[in-house]
Amino acid sequence: MKVRAQIGKVLNLDKCIGCHTCSITCKNVWTSRDGMEYAWFNNVETKPGIGYPKDWENQKRWNGGWDLKGGRLKPRMGGKWRLLSKIFANPDLPEIDDYYEPFTFDYAHLQQAKESKAFPTARPRSLVSGERMEKINWGPNWEEILGGEFSKRSADYNFDGVEKEIYGQFENTFMMYLPRLCEHCLNPTCVAACPSGSIYKREEDGIVLIDQDKCRGWRMCVSGCPYKKIYYNWKTGKSEKCIFCYPRIEAGLPTVCSETCVGRIRYLGVMLYDADRIEEAASTENIEDLYQAQLDIFLDPNDPEVIAQARRDGVPEAWLEAARKSPVWKMAMDWKIAFPLHPEYRTLPMVWYVPPLSPISSAANAGQIAVNDGMPDVRSLRIPMKYLANLLTAGKEEPIALCLERMLAMRAYMRAKRVDGVIDENIATKVGLTSAQIDEMYQVMAIANYEDRFVIPTGHREDAEDMFDERGSCGFSFGNGCSSGETDTNMFGAPARKKLQTPSEVF
Amino acid sequence: MAQFINHLMFGIYPYIALAVLALGSVFRYDREPYSWRSGSSQLLRRKQLMWGSVLFHAGVLVIFFGHLGGLLTPIIVFDTIGITHEAKQILAMVAGGVAGVLAFAGASLLLHRRLFDARIRRNSSFSDIMILILLWLQLILGLATIPISMQHLDGHEMVKFMNWAQGIFTFRAGASDFVLDTSPIFKAHLTLGLTILLLFPFTRLVHMLSAPIRYIWRPGYQIVRSRKLAARHG
Repeated sequence: MKVRAQIGKVLNLDKCIGCHTCSITCKNVWTSRDGMEYAWFNNVETKPGIGYPKDWENQKRWNGGWDLKGGRLKPRMGGKWRLLSKIFANPDLPEIDDYYEPFTFDYAHLQQAKESKAFPTARPRSLVSGERMEKINWGPNWEEILGGEFSKRSADYNFDGVEKEIYGQFENTFMMYLPRLCEHCLNPTCVAACPSGSIYKREEDGIVLIDQDKCRGWRMCVSGCPYKKIYYNWKTGKSEKCIFCYPRIEAGLPTVCSETCVGRIRYLGVMLYDADRIEEAASTENIEDLYQAQLDIFLDPNDPEVIAQARRDGVPEAWLEAARKSPVWKMAMDWKIAFPLHPEYRTLPMVWYVPPLSPISSAANAGQIAVNDGMPDVRSLRIPMKYLANLLTAGKEEPIALCLERMLAMRAYMRAKRVDGVIDENIATKVGLTSAQIDEMYQVMAIANYEDRFVIPTGHREDAEDMFDERGSCGFSFGNGCSSGETDTNMFGAPARKKLQTPSEVF
Repeated sequence: MAQFINHLMFGIYPYIALAVLALGSVFRYDREPYSWRSGSSQLLRRKQLMWGSVLFHAGVLVIFFGHLGGLLTPIIVFDTIGITHEAKQILAMVAGGVAGVLAFAGASLLLHRRLFDARIRRNSSFSDIMILILLWLQLILGLATIPISMQHLDGHEMVKFMNWAQGIFTFRAGASDFVLDTSPIFKAHLTLGLTILLLFPFTRLVHMLSAPIRYIWRPGYQIVRSRKLAARHG
């Protein structure tokens, strides 16, 4: 047993209102730069839909994640030789149009247009080529709230094994939001696929980062990551990814997306896991067992043996303390209501999701589906169980059903408690919980106080680099030292180019 | 006068070019690690790159190692293992010719894409376009030497270039005299080649110095960095 700690995350989709505040604040802080206009470290997708970039979940097309062949794990792109053979031209790399061509508008025209009969308009212009775009036909959130035809959206990979035709009908339609960011996996394929060895996982908090000075832009990580959460900066020729706001995490602050989430759906907490069993867990034969395999390598922070080993492995005391209070542990392990996104990719992701409840389908309302003891059958909810299972448990429905039952039970229990003034222990026991647990679930999930959502121990000064050497330096920056990464008049870089004007420059 | 220019171009210029190549690369690696990258534009346009890049790289790699081995292997080695100059000349022409045609086809596709695709053109620096044009011209010059070599199938012209290259690397005075009376096409090929070496550190070509062969024997797949270890060793 080798104990390592990671800051894990849970997103409660039941409460996500799809406001995109997370995406916007993240973009403002991290990716509002040249070459990264198209990149969203955090984005919110409306499901069902093919997502961003197009069809990202379909690994038959993009070859992301891992493959288990003869009991051995290999990136789906191929082993090391095969992967290197793709270095000159990578057939598994999406084109920028698969994300969307970044654009701006000719705002200046609104000011400078000559007198005319019609109002002047600001027409779109590509940020890549600088040319006029006659029609914008894809964007970062093109399928927002079920935009577009069902026939196209239903190419969604999670419809696998679902009779999807009926969900195209207005009466049966369903939707949910899926905010996505880097999963900071325990078994990341991006790290494995990087020929330069520039991507690494930090031992102390599990954050996966790209060493920008070591990255050579071979772009294998973009294909390796099954979540397509590594972005190639086409201006600097380096790959970039979500950094889990590590400067904030180190200071004990939540990530920007979590901090600004207005629905309070995001939770951050420490998870202890057995680093020696990562490969074993990722090599689980049956994909439906991968969810359980990942649960099995998480270590109980209250177990004295785990605590002793964690101390020997150098996990700081504050982290062990935080692990005992971790909301992620509660949701994933105690209540079993949070699940990994697409465990079948074998990456052992560490950003987990609570599946959403949905309105009862019209069939159930019409009395065609039984309602037992005032609690509707979770299979009569609008979002098909199989769809959620394909998204979160590689198709295994039982854990999802139990989770939804528990969430319904929480509502029924609290309604009885608050409205009728009765403590109905029976509701709790039926779903395998106690009333005390349901009270705590309610506190953490419904009330969701700041200190319940974010239990983040600070980094340790004695472990960090000698800060005296860092005095007067630039802190977090792109490029060398204090440069912005744009080397305009550099002997080795590109000459100055005329830049497109942004609205703030025009007005 | 001709001898002086010859000495300047093939006796002194090689040292300038090689010195800039070596020092420039070291400085850039040390001072500007962020700028050290392959500069792939595949994300912006896949078309023409798939064939172009594969053909170009495959061809150029064969040509590169062919030149390296062919020019710098001491003549005595060939004599000892019994490869005649004729055989080596023909091998060089055939292998170099085939690889040259592949690389030329690839470079033409890439150059066309770089100049005429709006997305790529706009995001190309002066050095990106210049080096590609120079490589393209160099491939043409290289291919143009084949008909000249046809007239010297005994390989004695080739031996002149081997002597010259090895003379440069062994600091022999008068190495440039070996190439004094060779064809102007060859001389142009040499001059442009040296110029490409000179420009190397200022272009995206530096990515070939970090060809990720280490990846093949990197143990396992995962990389974990421990801050504690870094602190202890650092």
